[in-house]
Amino acid sequence: MSWGLEGVSVTRGRTVALAGVTVPVDPSRITVVVGGDGAGKSTCLAVLAGLLEPDAGVVRRPAKDRIGYVPATAGLYTDLTVGENLAFCADAYRLAGPERSRATERILEQTGLAGARRRLGGQLSGGMQRKLAVGMALLHAPELLILDEPTTGVDPVSRADLWRLISRSAADGTAVMVSTTYVNEAARAARVVLLEAGQQLANGSPDDILRGIPGAIGSVRGPGRPGPLSWRRGASWRVWAPAGRLPEGVPPVPPDFDDAVLVAELSREQGR
Amino acid sequence: MWAMVAKEFRELRRDRRTVAMMIILPVVLLVVFGYAANFKVHDIPAVTVGPGAQRAAALLRTPTFRVNAIEPGAGEAAARIRLRDGQDIVAIVTGSGGPLVLLDGTQLFAVETAETALAHVAPAGSAAVRVQILYNPGLTTSWVMVPGLAGLILVFIGTLITSLGVVRERQAGTLEQLAVMPFRARDVIAGKIAPYLIVAAVDLVLILVVGISLFHVPFVGNVAVFALGAALFLLVTLGMGVLISTVSQNQGQAIQLAFMILLPQVLLSGLIFPVSSMAAGVRWISYVLPLSYFIQISRGVMLKGMPITALGQPLGLLALLAVVVLGLAIVRFRRDLAAAA
Repeated sequence: MSWGLEGVSVTRGRTVALAGVTVPVDPSRITVVVGGDGAGKSTCLAVLAGLLEPDAGVVRRPAKDRIGYVPATAGLYTDLTVGENLAFCADAYRLAGPERSRATERILEQTGLAGARRRLGGQLSGGMQRKLAVGMALLHAPELLILDEPTTGVDPVSRADLWRLISRSAADGTAVMVSTTYVNEAARAARVVLLEAGQQLANGSPDDILRGIPGAIGSVRGPGRPGPLSWRRGASWRVWAPAGRLPEGVPPVPPDFDDAVLVAELSREQGR
Repeated sequence: MWAMVAKEFRELRRDRRTVAMMIILPVVLLVVFGYAANFKVHDIPAVTVGPGAQRAAALLRTPTFRVNAIEPGAGEAAARIRLRDGQDIVAIVTGSGGPLVLLDGTQLFAVETAETALAHVAPAGSAAVRVQILYNPGLTTSWVMVPGLAGLILVFIGTLITSLGVVRERQAGTLEQLAVMPFRARDVIAGKIAPYLIVAAVDLVLILVVGISLFHVPFVGNVAVFALGAALFLLVTLGMGVLISTVSQNQGQAIQLAFMILLPQVLLSGLIFPVSSMAAGVRWISYVLPLSYFIQISRGVMLKGMPITALGQPLGLLALLAVVVLGLAIVRFRRDLAAAA
C-alpha cells in the first residue's frame, strides 16, 4: 500500500502553507522533501502524520499505531535514560515479551546506543539524541516513518549514521518521508519533492529531476558574476542558459542536485 | 543599561497575559479579599429544642443569630446530630433544669461571637445557663487549622506540579510525538495525573500523621469516608493543574495561572475566615473552590465524626467539580494535540 499526499492544500490565516502538493510515499522507498525555511516541509509532514487537517486534497496514511514520527525538536525525554525512552515507546505501542526485548536490542544496536543505555537523554550529544529519537520512532517497526529534519544541526559522522539507520528501515519495507534543508541529502532518496513557499517546484526521482532541468548548465571561473542566471560554486560560477545556448567561453558541465534546486527556484522567479 | 530596559519592555509588551496580571490582578485581589476578610460573624445558625424552644428562640432573634429550627418536641440528642451534621453552630436545649447551650467548637469565630452574644441575651434572674463546647472543647486553633491546612498544602503542591506537566511537553516538542502516538487525550491526562495522585495521597497521610502527633488533633471519624473525600479533592486539584497546563504556552504562564487559582483558596475557602461572614458578592467564589468542600469533609470527619450520609453535599460537589475540571482538561488537551503541529 502506498501512502502520501495528493493535491494537498493548507492555508494558515492568509498564508498559503501548501498549494496542491502531491507526495507519494511508497513502502521500501525514501521520499525526501527539500526546501528552505518556511517552504512548507514541516506542514507537509504534519499533514501526513495527522497533526494537521488539510483544507483540500487526499491524505493516505496507516493507522496511528503503524506510524513512527520524529518532530523537528528533540523528540525524546531528556530527563529519562536511553533505555527509559525506549521503554516508554514500547509501552505506548504495547510491545511486550520477547518482541519488546528484541525490538529494544535491535534499536540499541542499530543506533549504536547500546553502551549509553543508562545515560540520560539530556546528557547525549546532539547526534546521539537524534539517533535515539529516530530509534524511538522505529521501535515498533512502523509502516510509515516520518522524520522532520532529522539531520539538521548534526555533525557529518552522525548524519551518515542517521542516513544508514533511515536506509536500513526503508530496506526493511518501511515507507519513509524525510524533510531536509540539505540539498545533497536529496540524492539519497527514491523520490524528491522540492518545495518553495508552499509550492511544489519539482517532484520525481533525483535522476528525473536532473534530466528535467531545462536548458544547459555551464561553469566559468572569474571574480565577477557572469549574469543574473548564475550562482557561486566554490571558486567558479555556474551559469544557466534556459534556452540551452551557453554564452561564449562557458563550457557545459553535468548538473547536480544543487543546480537542479537553484534552477527550479530561478524558473519560478522568472515565471512570476 | 538602556538597551536592557528597552529590551525588557519590548518583551513585556508581547506577554500581554503577564502585563494584565501585573496591573489588573492586584486590584481584583484587593477588592475580593477585602470583602472576604471579615472576622465578625453574624447570622450564626441556631436551633432550639425542648419545651422552652419558642422562648429561647425569641431571645436569639438578634442579628448575631439565625434560628434555623424551633423543635419543642425534640431533645438534646437531636440537637447534637444537627450540630454534628453542620446544620447549626448553636443549639439551645431547654427542659428540666437550666438551659443547655451546645456550641460547635470547630467554628472558632462563630463560637466566640456566640458566647459573648449569649451572655447579653440571657435574661437577668434566669436559671444558670450551662455551656458545652463540642468537638473542640478548648477551642484549640490547631485542631481546626490542621485538617484545612493539609488540604491547602496539597492544593499548592498538586496544582503547581501538574500545571507544568503538559506545558513541559509543549516546550520540549514532545507534545507532537504524543499526538502521533496511539494515545487518547484521556489516556494522557490520566497518565499525567496518576503518579501525582499516588504521591499526593502519601503526602496527605504524612501531613496528617505529623499534624495529629504534633498538635494532638483528634481523628474521631471514619477513615474510609475521609479517604473518599481526599481522593475526590486530589482529583480536582491535580485536574486543575493539568487544565492550567493545557491553556498555558510556557512554564511561566502556568505558574502565574496556578497562583491565580491558589491564592483565593487561602482566603475564600473558609480556612481562615468563615464563609458565612463573607460579602455575598465574593461568597460565591468559595462555592467553586475544592478546598471549601475538603475543609468541610476533613473537619467534619476528623473532629466531629460526621458519617458519609451527612457529607453527601460536599462529596457530591467535589465529584461534580472533578468531572467538570477533568472533562475540560481532556477537551482542551484534545484541541492541543490536534494543534500540536
